Amino acid sequence: MTRTPLLEVEHLTMRFGGLVAIDDVSFSCAAHEITAIIGPNGAGKTTVFNCLTGFYKPSVGRLTLHGRDKDHLLERMEGFRIARVAGIARTFQNIRLFAGMTLLENLLVAQHNQLMAASFFSISGLLGLPRYRKAEREAIDAARYWLDRIGLLAAADNTAASLPYGDQRRLEIARAMCTKPRLLCLDEPAAGLNPMESARLNDFLVSLRRDHDTSILLIEHDMSVVMAISDHIVVLDYGRKIAEGAPSAIRENPEVIRAYLGADDDETLPGAPP
Amino acid sequence: MAYFLQQLINGLTLGAIYGLIALGYTMVYGIIGMINFAHGDVFMVGAFLSLISFVVLSQLGLNSAVLAIVVALLFSMGFAAVYGWTIERIAYRPLRGSFRLAPLISAIGVSIFLQNFVQLAQGARPKSVLPLFHGGFILYRADGFDVRLSYLQVVIMILTAVLMVAFTLLIQKTSLGRAQRACEQDRGMAALLGVNVDRTISLTFVIGAMLAAVAGLMFDLYYGVIDFFIGFLAGIQAFTAAVLGGIGSLPGAILGGLLIGLIQSFWSAYFSVEYKDVAVFVILVLVLIFRPSGLLGRPEIEKV
Repeated sequence: MTRTPLLEVEHLTMRFGGLVAIDDVSFSCAAHEITAIIGPNGAGKTTVFNCLTGFYKPSVGRLTLHGRDKDHLLERMEGFRIARVAGIARTFQNIRLFAGMTLLENLLVAQHNQLMAASFFSISGLLGLPRYRKAEREAIDAARYWLDRIGLLAAADNTAASLPYGDQRRLEIARAMCTKPRLLCLDEPAAGLNPMESARLNDFLVSLRRDHDTSILLIEHDMSVVMAISDHIVVLDYGRKIAEGAPSAIRENPEVIRAYLGADDDETLPGAPP
Repeated sequence: MAYFLQQLINGLTLGAIYGLIALGYTMVYGIIGMINFAHGDVFMVGAFLSLISFVVLSQLGLNSAVLAIVVALLFSMGFAAVYGWTIERIAYRPLRGSFRLAPLISAIGVSIFLQNFVQLAQGARPKSVLPLFHGGFILYRADGFDVRLSYLQVVIMILTAVLMVAFTLLIQKTSLGRAQRACEQDRGMAALLGVNVDRTISLTFVIGAMLAAVAGLMFDLYYGVIDFFIGFLAGIQAFTAAVLGGIGSLPGAILGGLLIGLIQSFWSAYFSVEYKDVAVFVILVLVLIFRPSGLLGRPEIEKV
């Protein structure tokens, strides 16, 4: 199997005082694939995301994103540069939209860097110079494209807070896509969605990967999502990686079954609501 | 009636100056949730900067009022911007993520530093500015009392209005303004979308300092006398204006500034000049007790 790795996580360890949240985890995400991280609650999945996006500095380990022309060592980059230079975007378990801003503005903030570069610190933006106008038109076009993709174009000027829950989730993904990421990290995108909505989400994620130069790294409890769309699955339990492989192999893996069904503790069942 | 009209004009002029300073308070509070107590002193520094440029210009023999104003504006805004950036970089940024009171204490330190710095560099004695604008319109004349609107007052009001409009456009329409509003709501998320949060905050301080410098220039022209201590009182009065309008709200800052200006001028006119500052601070106390979110501020709703 030839997988060109996009992201390589090597020996990632994260300690909080005496607590080891992630213990020597290594895995990789291949370019143009959907990789899922699964595991029972508290397995350290979100902590992996937080290390990738610069919220935490890993205690040990190396996180490499193979960029178009050079490699980026994520653990050494400032938070905003991870998004800007390395091209990693993420969404959150609890949605973090800019609630008071309109849908369109939410998507424009994600394109701040292109606009800022074109506007010379907003001075030419204030004066309405042609170069900025052009950049802004392009940014608005991109935002409208994404609003159209998620079916919210008609609501472009409503505030984000006014959207129903499922729409907020999709808007958050659209906003992440507006940064033109190489790797899109989604933290439980199907949480709280009904079966129909999560089927729509599956199609959406698959189409993202098909239409754009984006790989997806996914944390998910909903096995109908994970098994249907992922190419590669990493299973964590108590901060350790217990299995890695294709969905079919993971389903049969005795370690995974034990972690989920648990002889001695009652963790969430696969497919059951979190 | 004529007397009332005159006080209205004076109050609005004064209020415009307060409003410009209040904008700086409210903007910084909006983005990092901190009261920048050094802001009044940045205004004072701005007043000195434009005084210096007036003196230099008159030494060079240039006496055109319009030229003087333009040069003084550019000069004091430019330098005040440097001050704003430096203060944020040295005194506030290292404390970000520290406990809430730390930057506040640091701000008071900066305020004391600036006062003493200007006192040492410029001397403690009040400095006077020669009036640049003479004359004005007589709007209304009744039983021996002229209602005057001086050219200077017109300039101050127009300048304030123009800056207000430019500013609202900046916040509402440009990418920088969007980034500021995004940082205001969720700094961590803004950073994840590639917004350079530190730079956005720096620019907020720079813009605030530039507005304070404009207010400093107007103060120079309007009062004609400045010293190293003017920033303290003006700063606290502008702070009151920001709280009255609703801290964090930009139109609120201007509205609050105008109201404070009007209260001061009417109080001086009809009651006593000595107690005009007391009147303002009574307002501050009343607002804090009865309407802490201010006139245009949104009340903070605790989510359960």
